[in-house]
Amino acid sequence: MVSFTLNGEQRQFDGDPETPLLWVIRDAEKLTGTKYGCGIAQCGACTVHVDGMTRRSCITPISSLEGSSVTTIEGLDGREAEAVQAAWTEIDVPQCGYCQSGQIMSAVSLLQMNPKPNDADIDGAMAGNICRCATYQRIRQAIHNAADSMEG
Amino acid sequence: MGIHDPRTAGGLRPTRRAFLTGAGLVIGMTLAPRAFAQDHETIQADVQNEAAKAFNAFVRVAPDSTVTVLSKHIEFGQGPYTGLATLVAEELDADWSQIRVEAAPADDETYKNLAFGLQGTGGSTAIANAYEQMRTAGATARAMLVAAAADEWGVPAEEIVVSKGTISHKASGKSSDFGSLADKAAEMDAPSEPTLKNADAFVLIGTDRPKVDTPSKTDGSAIFTFDIAFDDMLIAVVKHPDHFGAKVASFDDTKAREVPGVVDVKQVPQGVAVFADTTFAALKGRAALEVQWDLTEAESRSSESIFQDYIAQIGGENELEAANSGDVAANLDQEGFTTLESTMRFPFLAHAPMEPLDAVLIRREDGSIDCYNGAQFPGQDKAAIAEVCEVDAENVRVNTQLAGGSFGRRAQFGSPYMREAAAVFKASGMNRPVKHIWTREDDIRGGFYRPIYVHKLRGSVDGDGNIVAWDQAIVGQSIMNKSEIDETSVEGASDSPYQIPNRRVMSINTGLPVPILWWRSVGHTHTAFAVETFLDQLLEEGGKDPVEGRLALLPKGSRERGVLSRVAEMAGFANGSPPEGRAWGVAVHKSFSTYVAEIAEVSIAEDGGPKVHKVWCAVDCGVAVNPNIIRAQMEGGIGYGLGAVLYDEITLGEGGRIVQSNFNDYRSLRISEMPEVEVEIIESSQPPTGVGEPGVPPIGPAVANAWRRLTGKRVESLPIVPSQTAGA
Repeated sequence: MVSFTLNGEQRQFDGDPETPLLWVIRDAEKLTGTKYGCGIAQCGACTVHVDGMTRRSCITPISSLEGSSVTTIEGLDGREAEAVQAAWTEIDVPQCGYCQSGQIMSAVSLLQMNPKPNDADIDGAMAGNICRCATYQRIRQAIHNAADSMEG
Repeated sequence: MGIHDPRTAGGLRPTRRAFLTGAGLVIGMTLAPRAFAQDHETIQADVQNEAAKAFNAFVRVAPDSTVTVLSKHIEFGQGPYTGLATLVAEELDADWSQIRVEAAPADDETYKNLAFGLQGTGGSTAIANAYEQMRTAGATARAMLVAAAADEWGVPAEEIVVSKGTISHKASGKSSDFGSLADKAAEMDAPSEPTLKNADAFVLIGTDRPKVDTPSKTDGSAIFTFDIAFDDMLIAVVKHPDHFGAKVASFDDTKAREVPGVVDVKQVPQGVAVFADTTFAALKGRAALEVQWDLTEAESRSSESIFQDYIAQIGGENELEAANSGDVAANLDQEGFTTLESTMRFPFLAHAPMEPLDAVLIRREDGSIDCYNGAQFPGQDKAAIAEVCEVDAENVRVNTQLAGGSFGRRAQFGSPYMREAAAVFKASGMNRPVKHIWTREDDIRGGFYRPIYVHKLRGSVDGDGNIVAWDQAIVGQSIMNKSEIDETSVEGASDSPYQIPNRRVMSINTGLPVPILWWRSVGHTHTAFAVETFLDQLLEEGGKDPVEGRLALLPKGSRERGVLSRVAEMAGFANGSPPEGRAWGVAVHKSFSTYVAEIAEVSIAEDGGPKVHKVWCAVDCGVAVNPNIIRAQMEGGIGYGLGAVLYDEITLGEGGRIVQSNFNDYRSLRISEMPEVEVEIIESSQPPTGVGEPGVPPIGPAVANAWRRLTGKRVESLPIVPSQTAGA
């Protein structure tokens, strides 16, 4: 039995302790915003926050999360999240949209640690998130816009 | 039978509704424009809404005045939901905020693509084929509303005005919203030929319109096939062979069945299926499965050996003539002419959409089957399920979902993927709902690739620097499985617009057991590269400027000239020069009736490969229905094409084994490799043409041309940066 917090609520998981967090979130908790893309931490579609840091949920066994606090796209809040999601919507970043939850989780984390990132900072923080539609130019712009909006 | 709503489970507001219809449980999701999407309580009108009135197959109006547009085209990021809704709303004179969009049901007659004759999305045809049809649907509904108002108010229809969702008659002071008149209007006769607006009266067409699917794709609430779940649902994965054409010889499922949660293991035509209560158990069970494969009929050649076979066929008896003008033989190798030769290799490419292939199948109490999937050819999927599961086609419903990309992958004649999903469902006994998923490994190793092609080119330049002869042979599998010329093998080469007096293009169809498919921009993925890089070499050999030289070879007034001139202006090509250590490369190409020119600015990266800093892009796609989406598709097409040209190849190693397996060895472009892209759209009154694919073809040659000018090295084998594991 593993006890952890998911989007602020206490949760228990008593299945296979090797189960990756991704499948606990999706199959057991029925939260589908977090996506499967590769299963080997290459694409970032499964990105969530664990104790405030980005984590690839597809390779994180649930057994390692006793007492941890997990946040998914559904539980995202705060000024960085609001700024990022508003910027994303404002310039129509998504195309197919499948990777965008992961992109947004990484972008929010970046702004929490670096409120005014330059292009190189963005590339560094976001290079682990693949978008096959290649919406990268708009992702970069949206992060800048979100940073600008938080300054005001 | 229940359906999990991920939003309520997470304590959040619902954006998706589950409800019962006569046939059983159906999932409905309606996408609303931004202004309404923030208030989810208002998202109530859709085709399942019995109070909504059908005006025709594409437009329904609910009592609350919401207008639901049924999209016959699947939404996987290319924007048809927004585009088709714009066309309807324009002629209906609706207010954008009252518009909703839903996927149309599978119906090859009512919802056929007018370019194909069956229901399907592809070939960059959504807006092009539906431009008049959807406007007519909107104008028809408008005329019916006006007729109802005229009858109700006792005033002449000609005096009634419709604007932003309000119907009004000035003289009598009467006005109404759509919903109040919907009942009556739906009973009025539809006009036989409704009048469509002239372009100068457009209010919505031609302006940037935010996409209806953006809000749900930003808060995580968008539902894809992978996200659909039923109570008691089984998850199924199939163990596939790592050689094309291999079959199951025998298997031992003892260890797989010991995995807690694994429910069953069954052989299917495509491999061995593992059924489990959870995704992780299914994956673990599959990993524990031991399968012996029969390789008797499997492809055993390596990619390298296939390339050699293809090269050996050039000039042989299998050549088919795709184009021939003038006298090529007499004008190659002539005294005083300079002749260049190049043999180019194009690898297998996987599409690798972010959402791997998947489907959810459920049998209802009446024996009918519902399928939820990213159906690019819904009618084909429906027929495949009916055949495999042995039910009548009218008892199969295909419920098209948002799909996480496709790039061609989900459009398959005969639906081989759906046949696997249906076979798995059938093998399960069809007593529980089944979600069949492909993992990334299944996707990368699953075939249906852009085929391997070889091009051999020879060209001559005369003493004045003019290109006098062009001889090209193209070798590869026929995507359309033809023995004659396959247009998809030679498009973009046989119909090249360049006015070269002696020109010949030959085509050789080859046979391989590797399943192949169109890949975003189809034949243009390789023909644009071959033509535009070889032409660039000949121009340089003749001392011509890459832009001026091309313009001189293009017909006066051609749209290729228009985009090329524009992109050269954007980059300041005539008078400027790239920064120190960088070079510019040019390419122009027409595909799917859309004209695109690109200039790439490239330097040598620290790892010795190309670094693309900037791409200028000019596009002529006729009337620009939604410039925002056109720019997005050019940006995305450039990024998608660039990733392939720089990094992507699927290789068959020794013995024919598939080498790559996931994003670690099938590289995808990442944000740090994405250039800045600047797009301009040529103003045009020509009918609109597609934009999903045409941004792709020019980027490869533009980068390769810049790379050659920078380093002196021709790019004759793709990808430019070879895979680390190639040939392993």
